[in-house]
Amino acid sequence: MNPIRKRRLILVGLLLLGIGSATALALTALSDNVNHFYSPSDVLAGKAPQARNFRLGGVVLEGSSKRDGGTLLAKFTVTDRFKELPVQYEGILPDLFKEGQSVIATGQLGSDGVFVATEVLAKHDENYMPAEVAEAIAKGKEQAQAQSNYQ
Amino acid sequence: MLPELGQIALILALLLAVFQAMVPLVGAHLNREPLMQLARPAAYGQFAFLVFAYAILTEGFIAQDFSIAYVAQNSNLALPMHYRFSAVWGAHEGSLLLWVLMLSGWTVALALFSKALPLRFVARALGTMGIISIGFLSFTAFTSNPFERHVPALSDGNDLNPLLQDFGLIVHPPMLYMGYVGFAVAFAFAIAALLDGHIDRQWVRWSRPWTNLAWGFLTLGIGLGSWWAYYELGWGGWWFWDPVENASFMPWLAGAALIHSQAVTEKRGTFGAWTLLLAISAFSLSLLGAFLVRSGVLTSVHSFASDPERGMFILVFLVIVTGGALTLYAIRAPRLVGGPPVGLYSRESLLLANNILLTVACAMVLIGTLYPLVADALGWGKVSVGPPYFGLMFFVLMAPLVWLIPLGALTRWQGDSIGNVWVWLRTAAALAAVIAAIAWVAQRELPIKAVLGIAAGIWVIFGTFAFLWRRWTTAARGQRLTAEMLGMSLAHVGVGMFVIGVMVTESLNVERDVRMAPGDTVEVAGYQVRFVKSYHEEGPNFVADEGVFEISRNGVVLSEQHPQKRQYLRGQVMTEAAIDAGFFADFYIAMGEPLEDGQAWAVRLYYKPMIRWVWLGALLMMFGAFVAATERRLRQTVREEVRVPAHSAVAS
Repeated sequence: MNPIRKRRLILVGLLLLGIGSATALALTALSDNVNHFYSPSDVLAGKAPQARNFRLGGVVLEGSSKRDGGTLLAKFTVTDRFKELPVQYEGILPDLFKEGQSVIATGQLGSDGVFVATEVLAKHDENYMPAEVAEAIAKGKEQAQAQSNYQ
Repeated sequence: MLPELGQIALILALLLAVFQAMVPLVGAHLNREPLMQLARPAAYGQFAFLVFAYAILTEGFIAQDFSIAYVAQNSNLALPMHYRFSAVWGAHEGSLLLWVLMLSGWTVALALFSKALPLRFVARALGTMGIISIGFLSFTAFTSNPFERHVPALSDGNDLNPLLQDFGLIVHPPMLYMGYVGFAVAFAFAIAALLDGHIDRQWVRWSRPWTNLAWGFLTLGIGLGSWWAYYELGWGGWWFWDPVENASFMPWLAGAALIHSQAVTEKRGTFGAWTLLLAISAFSLSLLGAFLVRSGVLTSVHSFASDPERGMFILVFLVIVTGGALTLYAIRAPRLVGGPPVGLYSRESLLLANNILLTVACAMVLIGTLYPLVADALGWGKVSVGPPYFGLMFFVLMAPLVWLIPLGALTRWQGDSIGNVWVWLRTAAALAAVIAAIAWVAQRELPIKAVLGIAAGIWVIFGTFAFLWRRWTTAARGQRLTAEMLGMSLAHVGVGMFVIGVMVTESLNVERDVRMAPGDTVEVAGYQVRFVKSYHEEGPNFVADEGVFEISRNGVVLSEQHPQKRQYLRGQVMTEAAIDAGFFADFYIAMGEPLEDGQAWAVRLYYKPMIRWVWLGALLMMFGAFVAATERRLRQTVREEVRVPAHSAVAS
């Protein structure tokens, strides 16, 4: 094999190796860090994973936000206007966190059915609701409507 | 009356953009000089109309004309005067007007500073700028008119988003847009070169200063955004891998790669096709960024209100511009001739490694940012990609790049030996090892991440000094340091500082969220923080709870801090963190939320060592880019080369 062709072959080999390992690494990193979004209805229907992070979105139920005295433990309920899920979070809630406003919490579902959040995001400006939350609420309201019609 | 004039000016500017796009391109195709010469006047006229339109919108804010819907939505009677100027770009419509004004400003600069270039090339470049301008101007005029009336006029406006009532946010968007839009010039040069078909290398020489300027502005814009997020969002972080941050970071990475590949193409003639592709990519990624930010397709902490129609418009424009450019590239690029062959260890191969690592990093950010969109479209559910993905990928890809930096500058073109280079780098390597070891011993339990970060940073900084030293001792007097070399060195020292800052602050920062009542003292990182008291404060358009905190160490009071929790008149709540900033560490105090009816507060107490180095590093990178853009060689050769074909064709 002539040296130029040999060098080219080595180069192509290295390139393929590099692309391969980069893709493998990216896919592993991606699959470990992708957080799915679920509404309270999804969670109560058993769609959300156990012992794995996911994002819970909806509206903070009016009158549900409480803090324990003496600690930073916050408790509130997230609703999609159909089903509700209790959430607890230890730390400082964002400025835009308010009852009746949309929220996305990242964390895991505990065995007692309480969602333990490690991060809470509230919407960024007054007129903006995250698309996934808006969709979840619309679906929740629809289901609630369907249920009340049925009854 | 005035807003209508503004709207008319906007439409006239659009018409001139159409003229600027068509006439010079047709003229260049037919090689008709009178037609080509119309490119410059069209650009100047367009700029004049846009300045006029922009001035009218600004006047609307100053005079508080709440009959303009945009003014009514983004200001109110209590808004201080200086924020009325910056409120112009406080939301979608006005920021888009600023964007087109800047695009037009870059076009005018190109028209003014290209007098020495061949007219045909300039006509094509200005024509391309005109096409880009058509896209953004029709986007503004047809989907996002900032002059739309609100009937009946309101007696008071809605107020500017309080997050934007701050110095950092006054300057952040304009600098960012300067960068985004600036890549349009490199893009236009690449398209003009492809249309010409015979310019393989000169276009790169002509476009290098422009690329450097655009990249410098983008660096500044991103740095300001990061600094602002740190002190204004009240979370104490400097980067969140948020989709909107990624949107600005992708063109930055492509631009960094472009700066390096342009150097190779200009000096050696190699990487010609690749450089064209990068110039197209950098601007396409800017357009993609605009799409991601303004369409609301991704859930981000800070995207504009979502509007599918606007998103669609930019997407179609992105497809036309990028698709058209890539088609042209596919037709013309194979004609390019390569440069001379190079050795396995040469500056070319090191810069190739630089380009591969930067573009792969860019691709990784792109994948992570777009994955949620793809997953949604394919019905895999609503997902988001967590910051650890980006953190890991970025670390893996950038770590080797950082170690290679000092080698690149010291290695000769075409071929060199490691031994030659190592002679100059021994001291830097020894210093890196010694300082990292000292840091490890001095600060017990220093995480390995921080040790490596310090070693890498010192290696880059002193490796760059070694390059300067070699120039100083070996080059002839008067040729020791060109602006280009100085700029490169500044930017590389900036990278070194940035690496140290990031690695140290990420591994040593202390973040504590605590409950504090007045009189309580909490210990953080060896400092004692006492919550003295809190009281009410009133600002022009907000009321606040202000806390008084004393930071002390071993009984000595070091400073008193006054963080605020503001309630703006329109209901928004804002955290104004108090930061005791220092070259080696920041102490960060933010009032979280009142607890137990105001008896106590949830307080964030952060100790952030060396976080300033992150932004100082970014500033140095920006300065480096600006200094390199002043390189005289790039301007002189422009004039020489244009005369060359006339006189010296025979001589050579």
